[in-house]
Amino acid sequence: MIVKRMRETSDFSNNLSLRQRSGKYWRIAFLAATIIGILALSALIINIVDSVLGYVIVDSKINPATLAVNGIELEEQSSEQWIQLLKDNLSSGALKKLEEERPLLERSRKDLYFLIETRVLRYEVLETWSLYDSLFRKAEIVNEYLSIKKDYPGAQLQFKSWINGDLVVRSQSSEASTAGIRTAVLGSLWTILFTILFAFPLGVGAAIYLEEYARDNWLNRLIQTNINNLAGVPSIIYGILGLAIFVRALEPLTSGALFGFVDPTTANGRTVISAGLTLGLLVLPLIIINAQEAIRAVPQSLRKASYGLGATKWQTIWAHVLPNALPGILTGTILAISRAIGETAPLVVVGASTAITFDPSTPFSKFTTLPIQIYQWTSRPQSEWRHLAAATIIFLLVLLLCLNAAAILLRNRFEKKY
Amino acid sequence: MNYGYPIRNKGLQKKIKPGETVIHVLLFLAGFISIFTTIGIVFVLGKDAWLFFRLPEVNLWDFLTGTSWQPHINKFGILPLFTSTLLTTAIAMTIAIPLGLAAAIYLSEYASQKARKIIKPTLELLAGIPTIVYGYFALTMVTPLLRSIFGANIVEIYNTGSAGLVMGILILPLVASICEDSLSAVPRTLRDAAYGLGATKLEVAIKIVLPAALSGISAAIILGITRAIGETMIVAVAAGAGPNLTLNPFKGAETMTGHIVRISGGDLSYDSIDYNSIFAIGLFLFLITLVLNIISQRIVRKYREVYE
Repeated sequence: MIVKRMRETSDFSNNLSLRQRSGKYWRIAFLAATIIGILALSALIINIVDSVLGYVIVDSKINPATLAVNGIELEEQSSEQWIQLLKDNLSSGALKKLEEERPLLERSRKDLYFLIETRVLRYEVLETWSLYDSLFRKAEIVNEYLSIKKDYPGAQLQFKSWINGDLVVRSQSSEASTAGIRTAVLGSLWTILFTILFAFPLGVGAAIYLEEYARDNWLNRLIQTNINNLAGVPSIIYGILGLAIFVRALEPLTSGALFGFVDPTTANGRTVISAGLTLGLLVLPLIIINAQEAIRAVPQSLRKASYGLGATKWQTIWAHVLPNALPGILTGTILAISRAIGETAPLVVVGASTAITFDPSTPFSKFTTLPIQIYQWTSRPQSEWRHLAAATIIFLLVLLLCLNAAAILLRNRFEKKY
Repeated sequence: MNYGYPIRNKGLQKKIKPGETVIHVLLFLAGFISIFTTIGIVFVLGKDAWLFFRLPEVNLWDFLTGTSWQPHINKFGILPLFTSTLLTTAIAMTIAIPLGLAAAIYLSEYASQKARKIIKPTLELLAGIPTIVYGYFALTMVTPLLRSIFGANIVEIYNTGSAGLVMGILILPLVASICEDSLSAVPRTLRDAAYGLGATKLEVAIKIVLPAALSGISAAIILGITRAIGETMIVAVAAGAGPNLTLNPFKGAETMTGHIVRISGGDLSYDSIDYNSIFAIGLFLFLITLVLNIISQRIVRKYREVYE
């Protein structure tokens, strides 16, 4: 009876349908927001893939077909013939420099062919297209090619994948078609090595101290608050810190001059080790916070049992707490490392070199890293460098994806429930 | 009863074990490194900023109120750099706050368990992509898009609008993820009570769950702002070089972080005024983020609702 009367009250029933309708609209709005977030991710990936594949027009100073000897194509000739070709085409100064780096006779075929490509044939990218244009505007591309061919008779239209095996093998070059990221990959690895060596032991040590030893007093609370604050400091501030401390104040150490590694007059602190330590400071709070969580998750009963058997505090930590917390600690560390691999801003400030052609070989080498390489190539106005940057981005993203997958696998495999 | 053995120690606890003490001290030092880092940051920024302000060409008042930053004619007013930082941050947050919060509400209140398990990691994946990749995205996709919508003569190749938009996309998952955590932490009983009183799903979400999670949401927003102010590579790639006092999002303007990166990109000489100036800007940046951090921690502590 009451219900019936309520239904008859038009106010209530009007309101109810209105309320339900607005609920429906808002639900759609909330869903739309989520979808927009995911679309943004897809747009980012599509944009990169679009730049990685596509048609290019390349021209070489010398047409490789004219270099065939007795009907043998250039690519199939012997190494001796290639070396002769290099000697014919290079100035004696350039040859001497190459011989000093590494004698031509000792070089691999791949290396020699790379030299021929860059020094003799000298490929040059004239025009590039994105994947979308290559697929749907083929006719325009062919027209463009024909008009370019009038000025450059040797020009070739190729479908190029900017990411390929050679990308990782080749070092930097002034020509986009022969440039690679080997120097950057090695630079990233060297830098990260020092980041790990510095940040992992310190981070885990600090986490053990805070979780197992620290009493609840002002000093330890200060340390804890401080770590949380440091995690929120912009990365570029760490770059400035690294510049002032590792590059400048500790220059004799970080340039290697103190160890007699390099000529003290040319050395400066803008080296692999400075970069690694700077990134180490940057990820230290992340590693500490993650390791603390992992250590906190080890149940108290394990510690009590160990103490009950007469173990000392450190014995308990070393034999029981750490082994149980290790998967969690490693997961957190891997995530922190993948953050460090992608960092760009602090390394620009610390002083990554703009163009280096030799691989880093000691902690005191000058360096460039993958994100720095992407930054430099993206900043160039010519489109071919953008394609190369996109290829490097794919390489970097796959690397990071592998690291993240490893972290997730590690967590799932070793996660223990108490 | 002591069975005739002599008692050497009153208890094992009192026995001093040198190894244990050494380890204790080493671990304390590891923890203390973080304090050194903070002291290092404050000292380094403070010292070189002090050197900068002591120069005859510079004074603090002009630094804070000057409207032009042109080191070659000794004009050091931070306003153009600061304004463009504020502009890009504002654009980014206009995108990230509503979308991030809406996505969080959807994930926590509407989405099925299965959908949530897929969508949340996907959004977090967005947050794990290096910012230089977002910079590339801004320059090669969003800028051409803006130029084709608004006209190439209105939108410059380097502009704060594109940088801000992409920064918003970068911060969106961060805001969404933290908001979702605090929305999910609101106990089920509160929702059930509201349903029992006849509230619709939307009303439960907006009038019950949202207010209960407000402290976490404000913390997420402040964290997002901190992130936007300190974000460097997107603005370095897409927002343009050269300080420019403008609020027009279609024009290029250098932010504080963008300026630091450009100035230090070359081989910077240690005695130059440019070298000292990046420390002054850095100090300014550090103080802003520090204040925001402290505010966010205060909010969380003061307004956190604790449920049993």
